[in-house]
Amino acid sequence: MAENTRFTAESLKKKFRLSEFLAEKFITGIAFLSITIIVLIFVFVFREAIPLFRTGKAKEVAVKEQVTKINEGLKPESYGDTVNQASPVVVTNKPAPQAYDEDVIRQVENKKALKTLNTATWQPVSDNPRYGLWSLFFGTLKVTLIAILIAAPLGILAALFTSAFAPTWLREILKPAIELLAGFPSVVIGFFALMVMASFFQDLFGYASRLNAFVGGVAMSLAAIPIIYTITEDALSSVPATYKEASLALGANHWQTAFFVTLPAATPGIFASILLGTGRVFGETMIALMATGNAALLSANPFESVRTLAATIGAEMAEVVYGDTHYSVLFLIGALLFIFSFGMNALAEFYIKGRLMKRFMGR
Amino acid sequence: MMKTFTKIKGALIIGITGLSVMVILGIIAIILVVVIIGGKSQFSWEFLTSFPQDGMTKGGIFPAIYGTVLLVLIMSVAAVPFGTITALYLTEYAKENSWIAKTIRFAIRTLAVVPSIIFGLFGLGFFIKFVGAGMDNAFLGGRLVWGQPNILWASLTMSLLTLPVVIVSVEESMKTVPRELREASLALGATKWQTIRKVVLPGSVSGILTGSILAVGRGAGEVAPLLFTGAAYYLATLPSTLHDQFMVLGYHIYIMSTQSANVDQTLPIQFATTLVLLLLTFILNLIGVVLRSQIRRKQK
Repeated sequence: MAENTRFTAESLKKKFRLSEFLAEKFITGIAFLSITIIVLIFVFVFREAIPLFRTGKAKEVAVKEQVTKINEGLKPESYGDTVNQASPVVVTNKPAPQAYDEDVIRQVENKKALKTLNTATWQPVSDNPRYGLWSLFFGTLKVTLIAILIAAPLGILAALFTSAFAPTWLREILKPAIELLAGFPSVVIGFFALMVMASFFQDLFGYASRLNAFVGGVAMSLAAIPIIYTITEDALSSVPATYKEASLALGANHWQTAFFVTLPAATPGIFASILLGTGRVFGETMIALMATGNAALLSANPFESVRTLAATIGAEMAEVVYGDTHYSVLFLIGALLFIFSFGMNALAEFYIKGRLMKRFMGR
Repeated sequence: MMKTFTKIKGALIIGITGLSVMVILGIIAIILVVVIIGGKSQFSWEFLTSFPQDGMTKGGIFPAIYGTVLLVLIMSVAAVPFGTITALYLTEYAKENSWIAKTIRFAIRTLAVVPSIIFGLFGLGFFIKFVGAGMDNAFLGGRLVWGQPNILWASLTMSLLTLPVVIVSVEESMKTVPRELREASLALGATKWQTIRKVVLPGSVSGILTGSILAVGRGAGEVAPLLFTGAAYYLATLPSTLHDQFMVLGYHIYIMSTQSANVDQTLPIQFATTLVLLLLTFILNLIGVVLRSQIRRKQK
């Protein structure tokens, strides 16, 4: 008996059990999956975009073609066999255009595509394809701006009402009710914009193109509102009660406290909500496809059609030849979108949440 | 004088914020009402259970409903176990402030904000072009079976998209299992894994259910990831194997309202399809939100 009650370092050691060990390792392994997925998304979206930058052989071809041109140019001036004898190597090396294999042709195309990326004309399907990203980029920016200009005030003010002015019973109903809007599929919002909102706004403002950046922006604000609302509401209700009590004790009334104390204290959280709302709108595909008109025009007029980056991928990816230049350019756009949303999230996560915590913890 | 001015300003601020809430609720109501009124006439049992006819200008949407159900089922089979296990790791094994837990949490939140079209690109680049084409080359001697868009790859793509939804719900409910229960189980001599199996998991069934319902609601409505991973314009037969293409409600709405030749003629069908999709996601989300608010109440 005495032996049983004596604890040694050996007896206190955790007993090794295979099932426990395996369970822990298995669960840990699965948990790493989410990190793995992010890495894989990075790798595979870039992997399909990278062939676009393989243009090495294009240079050789260009040199060869130049040589050929020079040769052809020389021909009329040549007399008899003298030139042929003078440069026999060049002439025998003259490649016939159809002799290039697919890889080389692709690389020549890539080189042309890369040159056109920095222009404003998006004409991927034509004899002389142009992949200018600027009109797409500004189109996306225009729609995003309109959407955020509508969604941010509505979402933030509604959140302020919910957290500061609404009685508890109303808050319990309001929050889930507005979150239901987040559950509306974007294709339903897009359909509503396409069938109802577009005609309504056209009657109201009387502009020419029925589907345009404005309609798309308003529709997308419906997708951004629940995000901005929810995160702002969380930020507002996480402001310590001591802030409000101090303000009320100093003689400020209810709305003054809400507007001048609670709201400023939650600014980092509100910024985060706007960033995440922006990220959502920037990458929104179905609403853009259905409500913006999809014409790649570069103009500042909000009532003109636009084509967004995400909509371009959505509309064209199903129709491209796998592996050609157009396919790679679409993946390049995808990679840009991914980097953008990743950056937005990282910014919201680390910079702003860090500041919020610091502020509430009293530095 | 000053006091009345302050009062007016206060009323104005409360009025404006209240108005914002009304506007948002109003928009939700308008969308619901418009879709219900527009789709009511076409909506019937027959519409739900019959195939499209005459180049999709008549008939029902049964294949699209079938495809959607199949999609969310396969998606759930993949997303729910993995999501639950990740949540288990985060609540039971990981130390709250370790860099591993922080990185995993960051990865989950990133997954939640990546645009859905990127998941589509990933599904195409990874599942179809890499895994699928690789399988074809390795086992089928290059015959094209898995290396093209199909319902399996579409569902798996969708499961990545809905993984964060599951993880967040399950984790939330696992935290409501009282610490004392875990300690009591451990004190009685149960091991950690036994405690998880017998105490933590049964205690978080409602969370797993909520996560699954919300994930299904999300997955049923997303279209962007399916655009080039397997959704089809029209199929005369239902998908019978995992490497078949399929029809899906959201894509059906998109195609009918933008790509079809006779948009006006099929308008009632479009509205009715939208009504079906909206009802489906709305009911699922409603159940999910109610269940979640119950879990949150337990938390307090």
